[in-house]
Amino acid sequence: MNQSITADHRTDKHGEVHSEHDPRLQHHFATFEQQLDASKIGMWLFLATEVLLFGGLFVGFALQQASHPEAFLAAHHHLDKSLGALNTVVLLFSSFTMVMAVHSAATNKQKALIRYLLITLACAGIFLVVKAFEYHHKWEEGLLPGKFYSHKGDTVKDQFIFFSFYFMMTGLHGIHVIGGMIAITWTLLKARKGTFDSTYYTPVDLVGLYWHLVDLIWIYLFPLLYLIT
Amino acid sequence: MALDTTAAAHPEVHDHEPHVHGGPKLYGAILGALLVLTVITVGASMIDWGGGMANVIIAMLIATLKASLVALFFMHLRWDKPMTGIIFCSTLFFLGLFLIGCYTDQVARPWPEPANLKPPVAKPGAPGSGPTMPGTTAPVGTSPASSAPVTPPAPAAH
Repeated sequence: MNQSITADHRTDKHGEVHSEHDPRLQHHFATFEQQLDASKIGMWLFLATEVLLFGGLFVGFALQQASHPEAFLAAHHHLDKSLGALNTVVLLFSSFTMVMAVHSAATNKQKALIRYLLITLACAGIFLVVKAFEYHHKWEEGLLPGKFYSHKGDTVKDQFIFFSFYFMMTGLHGIHVIGGMIAITWTLLKARKGTFDSTYYTPVDLVGLYWHLVDLIWIYLFPLLYLIT
Repeated sequence: MALDTTAAAHPEVHDHEPHVHGGPKLYGAILGALLVLTVITVGASMIDWGGGMANVIIAMLIATLKASLVALFFMHLRWDKPMTGIIFCSTLFFLGLFLIGCYTDQVARPWPEPANLKPPVAKPGAPGSGPTMPGTTAPVGTSPASSAPVTPPAPAAH
């Protein structure tokens, strides 16, 4: 009897014949590789919608900045460049640890996988703490969006427009950071159970892609909000 | 038979690293490049590159360079099947269309200020007088192309 005929008996593309079906391989996929590729396409489609979601805000920002250049220039001086740069470094480093986590999973290094996921999670936490300090400072000074803007002593009008965009863009980004932390925690719990190895690490890979997108968006937010001149 | 050929194609059956690209060294180098570019973008923002959009363009170019590094290496686009790259690039293409279309429209027309925010007109006189935009209030019957640029606004009747 030729065991390679049914998909269930071809779980491994390295020639190992498994009589048991690996529960991590879904029945509609022939191989783990196919499953990973299909999942990646789905994830990239989701990331495309995320790019367009933020894209709307970026376009709005560009239009309002073009029509209120003085207000945007004056308003961005209220932001702390060094805190923004610190958060950029933290997020870039977390992207590095995330890709190392994926690499560890793909090379069967369970302990390294867990360690890198923990570091990534910690970096996300640091990012949010720094952001919370910044928000608190804005709140104290009344640098709030729209009609809540109550900063005293402005010489340039319409600065509330900048802060509307600042809070919506960094706020939506912050929500994504929190979502990423939840996803990383979930991956971490699975990793501790030993779910992932070099044949199956799709969730680590997909969470990694999502986390890099969060980093990618911050790469544009930082110069736009903090560094415009 | 089929099993034999498969095994022959992968002589080391237990080598479970068929599609692993990159590695700590490469990823570390990319991280280093990203951090250097961050320092450069902060430094560049402190210099006035000649007014206008120059500073914004430089900042966005550096950001795009950083984003490319993240997408190509950290997100594995460099090694992935073409489909993921096609999805990502077409997304950026349509985002670009969105941005360019809106932006050129914005800069090509006067900012629509509400009427009550306009600087006060000296004295509203006869219809068609006052500082109005050419062509918008040309008298009915005259061709705007010939009359609007040549004839000044009709003087207010005393």
